[in-house]
Amino acid sequence: MPAALLHALRALPIWLYVLLLYGFIFLPVGVLVLFSFQESRIPVPPFNGPSLRWYEAVFSDPRMMDALANSVAVALLSSLVAVVLGFLAAYALARHRLPLAGLLQGFLTAPLTVSYLIIAMGLLITFNQLGVPKSLLTVGIGHVVINLPLCFAILYSQMGEHQANIERAARDLGAREWQVLVLVTVPMMWPALFASFFLSVTFSWDEFIIAFMVSRFDVTLPVEIWSMLRTGLNPKTNAVGSFVFLISIATVLILDLVILRSRKA
Amino acid sequence: MTDPAVEFRNVSMRFGDKVALQDIDLAIEEGSFVVLLGPSGGGKTTLLNILGGFLAPSSGQVFIKGSEVTHVPPARRPTTTVFQDYALFPHMSIAANVGFGLKMRGVPKAERAARVEKALEMVGLGHTALRRIHELSGGQRQRIALARALVVEPSVLLLDEPLGALDLKLRRQMQEELKAIQKRVGTTFVHVTHDQEEAMAIGDVIVVMNDGSIEDWGSPERVYLQPASRFTANFMGDNNLIEGRVTRVAGDRVEVATAFGSFLLPGTAESGASVALSLRPEHLHPETAAGRVTLGQGRVVEAGFFGTHHQCSVALAGHEDVLKLRLPQKRLVQPGESLGLYADPADMVLITR
Amino acid sequence: MSLSTPRLRSAQVKAWGLLLPALLWTTAFFLAPLGIMALYSLWQRVGTRLVTEFTLQNYHDFFAKSFLLKSLLNSIEVTLIVTLVSVLLAYPLAYILAERVPRRWQRLALVLAILPFWTSYVVRSYSWLLVLSEGGILSNWLLDLGLTESPVSFANNRGATVVGFVHFFVMLLTLTIYANLVQLSPSYRKAAADLGAGPLRTFLHVTLPLTLPGIMVGAFLTFVLCIGDYITPQILGGNRELLLPQAIMLQIARRSDFPMASALAMILMVVVSLVYLACARWLKIDRV
Repeated sequence: MPAALLHALRALPIWLYVLLLYGFIFLPVGVLVLFSFQESRIPVPPFNGPSLRWYEAVFSDPRMMDALANSVAVALLSSLVAVVLGFLAAYALARHRLPLAGLLQGFLTAPLTVSYLIIAMGLLITFNQLGVPKSLLTVGIGHVVINLPLCFAILYSQMGEHQANIERAARDLGAREWQVLVLVTVPMMWPALFASFFLSVTFSWDEFIIAFMVSRFDVTLPVEIWSMLRTGLNPKTNAVGSFVFLISIATVLILDLVILRSRKA
Repeated sequence: MTDPAVEFRNVSMRFGDKVALQDIDLAIEEGSFVVLLGPSGGGKTTLLNILGGFLAPSSGQVFIKGSEVTHVPPARRPTTTVFQDYALFPHMSIAANVGFGLKMRGVPKAERAARVEKALEMVGLGHTALRRIHELSGGQRQRIALARALVVEPSVLLLDEPLGALDLKLRRQMQEELKAIQKRVGTTFVHVTHDQEEAMAIGDVIVVMNDGSIEDWGSPERVYLQPASRFTANFMGDNNLIEGRVTRVAGDRVEVATAFGSFLLPGTAESGASVALSLRPEHLHPETAAGRVTLGQGRVVEAGFFGTHHQCSVALAGHEDVLKLRLPQKRLVQPGESLGLYADPADMVLITR
Repeated sequence: MSLSTPRLRSAQVKAWGLLLPALLWTTAFFLAPLGIMALYSLWQRVGTRLVTEFTLQNYHDFFAKSFLLKSLLNSIEVTLIVTLVSVLLAYPLAYILAERVPRRWQRLALVLAILPFWTSYVVRSYSWLLVLSEGGILSNWLLDLGLTESPVSFANNRGATVVGFVHFFVMLLTLTIYANLVQLSPSYRKAAADLGAGPLRTFLHVTLPLTLPGIMVGAFLTFVLCIGDYITPQILGGNRELLLPQAIMLQIARRSDFPMASALAMILMVVVSLVYLACARWLKIDRV
């Protein structure tokens, strides 16, 4: 059938393009994961594996494991703070008519427009000036700065008229302010709260420049990986990189399943 | 004999397991205003999309003015469409929108401008050429969409429920204008709607569609006063459908036995056949007159005022079903009131499907 | 409604109370540091001391010292190239995903297209070293194909930096442009086809102009993220050419010259603001 063949041929350049681009996108990551199972010391061809020795090296490295734990702690705690602050601010602006509301909104979302490098520098200089030592605490503070605007924006956008009416109905039926908040508002906003928390965790977990500039001895994982780069190409780096990749995908899958399930409900 | 403007031969459309259209045979006369009428999912929009070229039928053929167009893409068909959401290009001016089809056909700039202005005047929006879409109201956008579709002088103009988003008054106004414009330009219009009042107001021919098949087709008067199927009778307006059985055939009349009595009325059917009688509420009366028979004595169960008339539901003694009738505007009705029901068998329509 | 009733006033007070923590945090840890940095940019580091006299010397040095000015120019050049290439590569992919891939598979195809997004940014740049270094994947392929006789390095130059950036931003832009394309009403393209436009002209006259605002937003985002990035140029760019973020880090790490670094950071912010102003008319979202 010449007609069908012609149709397929005309579509060929399109699918070739798609293939090339997907190839480009997956190439470095594919190489990363493949050579994390390398047997020898250099993560380049020839591939002589598979071996788990480098994963073992990663998990038996105390500095690495500390960095991992630090990353998790900083991510969870800073995201918690960001979500709480963002929620309170969004609730205040969405449910009450405050003067200069537009200005306040703009101010709270302003950090989204500034490069992380500049935010990191500002914090470094400020802490330096005030004599505050660099630590995981300062990293956490910086992560709240970058995640608070995001949480605020997401939560504010979900506090529209529709939600306000449901809260009014609760008050109408006799609920006190704190009951409305705890029994109606928070549960109703649960998907948005969950989404902003997880998004913050993802950004914090992967964040490098702020963590690099305002931490000292205790570091987060990206910073530890960075210092590993001094040793050049190393399968150990591949291993920890692949591990981070896996964790991130798993996190996104969980988020997706939870959101999907809550949408079906 | 000239070719019909549009002809569907044995057109069927399947989406996976679902049959959207079943063996549609339909011919549309040149210069007529045809309305495809039916409930959602009945197939009318699918048929319109097949005519416009946005869908290719699973089987069957489509002809426009005698040429087969079954697999011709929309860009090359002599049809244009007025979409339900108007689909006016927000990034172009009104003139650019209306002139888009002409531009695609390579019409030179000066001629384009002249024809665009003429089209805008025809829909009552002359001198708006340089304005932008977002400055217009819903009704005005509707007219621009119409102008855009007409300016290229298509063989057939397709309208996909274009009046759905307008309020009642505006809708009535647009119905009149559409009919006037169609008469003036003489193009064949095919209009899809689920509103039977709209269909009757504007159509020369109404095609009633349900479940992928054509239930009935004809002039508005014929389809309303002499529906060919139970579905058509119920869909075209308020209706009393009385089930019955043919007891006697006498030439061009039949006698039908129903729960409300036996009636002799014009029609053809086989003796013993299961049929229904359609009786419109306006043909049911609370008092007797020459030619009328008695249906029974009843009690008003519900009454609503509709401005021009009262619509009442009456329960007859000894029957489960209620009958609907209309009472004059100035007659006061009370629920619980006793009424006698009378009708002329000549107003009853024999329905065999 | 009088604002002086006690109930409303207490409601207002409560509202400010809820808002205050977020406001304080942003002021203390975002606004104040920016202010302090602006201040520092007007001071100087002499020897190991901080001289707190107001002076524009840092800014003067920026224009005088060729390598500093060059770093800004390099950054702008690289960022423009990266933005352009990324948009040109991503748009067709996003278009194909939105139009040619069956609806059922679209989500999967999109997720696959942006999957490497979820490697750590640092790791992702490192993984390009695996490909581009001497003895890396690309070098090996060329050796195997007989196109070269000894291992070749493609890393540690501007090209590698561009590749590293484009890799990231193609994924980002595919996502944003795809989102933009799918929310475009299909009626517009049906109408264009109905009026006689073939696929190419439908794209040129209707699809492209209507998606342009979305492209501009993505391109702006790309520009801002790219010009402020330290990681990719540092890993892939080598030592011969410096981009502005690297120059900034140099001031801090090697010389502890916070004032100079601050001045460079201010200049970076000015550049970004200028680009924002230039793009502002596309960044306004017009809804019809």
